[in-house]
Amino acid sequence: MASLNVRAALLSVSFLILALGLWEMATQPPEAQTGLTEYEMLMGGVEQESRVPPPSAVIKLAWAELSDPFYDAGANDKGIGIQLAYSVYRVLTGYLAAMAIALPVGFLIGMSPLMYKALNPYIQVLRPISPLAWMPLALFIIQDSDASAIFVIFICSIWPMLLNTAFGVANVRQDWVNVARTHELGPLRTAITVILPAAAPTILTGMRISIGIAWLVIVAAEMLVGGTGIGYYVWNEWNNLDLASVIFSILMIGVVGMLLDLALGKAQKLVEYNE
Amino acid sequence: MSKSFLEVDGLSKVYPDGQGGELTVFEDIRFALEKGEFVCIIGHSGCGKSTILNVLAGLDEASAGNVVMNGKEIKGPGLERGVVFQNYSLLPWKTTLNNIVFAVRARWPEWSKDKVKEHSERYLKMVGLDHALNRKPSQLSGGMRQRVSIARAFATQPELLLLDEPFGALDALTRGVIQDELVKIWEETRQTVFMITHDVDEAILLSDRIFLMSNGPNARIAESVKVDIPHPRARATIFQNPAYHKTRDYLVDFLVNRSGSALPEKDGTPKIVEPAQGVAQATPASADAETESDSESESDTAARAVNA
Repeated sequence: MASLNVRAALLSVSFLILALGLWEMATQPPEAQTGLTEYEMLMGGVEQESRVPPPSAVIKLAWAELSDPFYDAGANDKGIGIQLAYSVYRVLTGYLAAMAIALPVGFLIGMSPLMYKALNPYIQVLRPISPLAWMPLALFIIQDSDASAIFVIFICSIWPMLLNTAFGVANVRQDWVNVARTHELGPLRTAITVILPAAAPTILTGMRISIGIAWLVIVAAEMLVGGTGIGYYVWNEWNNLDLASVIFSILMIGVVGMLLDLALGKAQKLVEYNE
Repeated sequence: MSKSFLEVDGLSKVYPDGQGGELTVFEDIRFALEKGEFVCIIGHSGCGKSTILNVLAGLDEASAGNVVMNGKEIKGPGLERGVVFQNYSLLPWKTTLNNIVFAVRARWPEWSKDKVKEHSERYLKMVGLDHALNRKPSQLSGGMRQRVSIARAFATQPELLLLDEPFGALDALTRGVIQDELVKIWEETRQTVFMITHDVDEAILLSDRIFLMSNGPNARIAESVKVDIPHPRARATIFQNPAYHKTRDYLVDFLVNRSGSALPEKDGTPKIVEPAQGVAQATPASADAETESDSESESDTAARAVNA
């Protein structure tokens, strides 16, 4: 009997083959009819109805795109690698900026019940706002589409990090804080050597949620601001009616999102501890 | 003028009782500790033992009264007082060794890395854990964790060591082994120790004096019982000492029959009791010892009558 992993992999592959097979069959062009009308002939045969491209076409396109991901042939024709790199760059910039604010403020809120009570109403109102709702205001104030997209990432990734940091810090076991106190550790050293490692798993959970949301939001933001990025690419290919590219880029969005999550998952493993 | 190493004067703790009134957990606690003494405090749950220890540690504040150590009033926690908590309180993301290193570094920031490590390893060896230096607390048994915690407290060489029911969560066998280790370390270091326990045998094995607390609310330290058994003591042989049984009987009687009503002296200091006074010392178990302890229980009753 093969191990669970091997059996799961076999099953996964068979599901994939099954799904691709069904997809391929469902998207075959209809048989050419014997007699074409004059109109059909004028329109170039039977394929007048637009169809979702079959997986074979998508795979062929993916192969072509991935074998040269970084070509740059003008504003509307850049390789998928370049587009993804733009998106990742925006996500990471906005995300790091959010981190720079969320972690210290989260620490403050977590350590001070006063600050928590004072700031909580604002957080509760700002948090449920769809990040894209900020876009017009950002475009008006910042007057730069690229920076506005980054700002939208910033504003959407700040909340999970902020709240998780505050929660993690506020719930550090009093025993550990007492250990720091009995060893005469100052506030800063207590924060760094005891509270930060104690709250790190909770903080990392917030960071992982944030990167997921940021990656969801960047696609929509780039569809709005245009120019570069994977979101723009999807929308541009839709305008070109190149559905194979649309499907291919959807898959790439999924793969990159998974990689970002995997990276944060690894980081989470590093700071985890068992009581 | 203070003469003792540690003087506790008129300590009391008052909490709001949740109905607008106040609840005095303990009041007018007065005692003194001398340097090198091992003192246990026993009392029923709710008498505020842990709060007293936390006040000594500087982790809690008393409602009234003060604590003076070495002529200086205790305000807040400090490295000259080491604490062993009941739940070990090891930092779970650090290895065994690093938990000790953490404390040693806080105590002597000027030490070199090697010196800190060497010092920490020495204390882990003392509690027999030199094979588990790189394990995390979660990979240790409860007994091993408490040993690390004890090593951490001793490693910083505090002037006063506070143990809050350190063996409360351990099974009886493990508890015995670690008690032996504590005896051994204490014989080597002769630290001043103040320890909370619920275990009468443990108190007799370890302490020079045992404070008995009356029940809360308004709990007091009613009596200070002298344990007249010479050091070094050993868990396996201490039962053979007739003084052991006298002391034990006395403690159990207090906890069962008298803890509700016992009061300290008029000036607030605990009554000094020597239940084993006059019992021949260091006598191995023999037929003689048994008859002797019989006759002693009469004088013991008499002593009690005087005290009451």
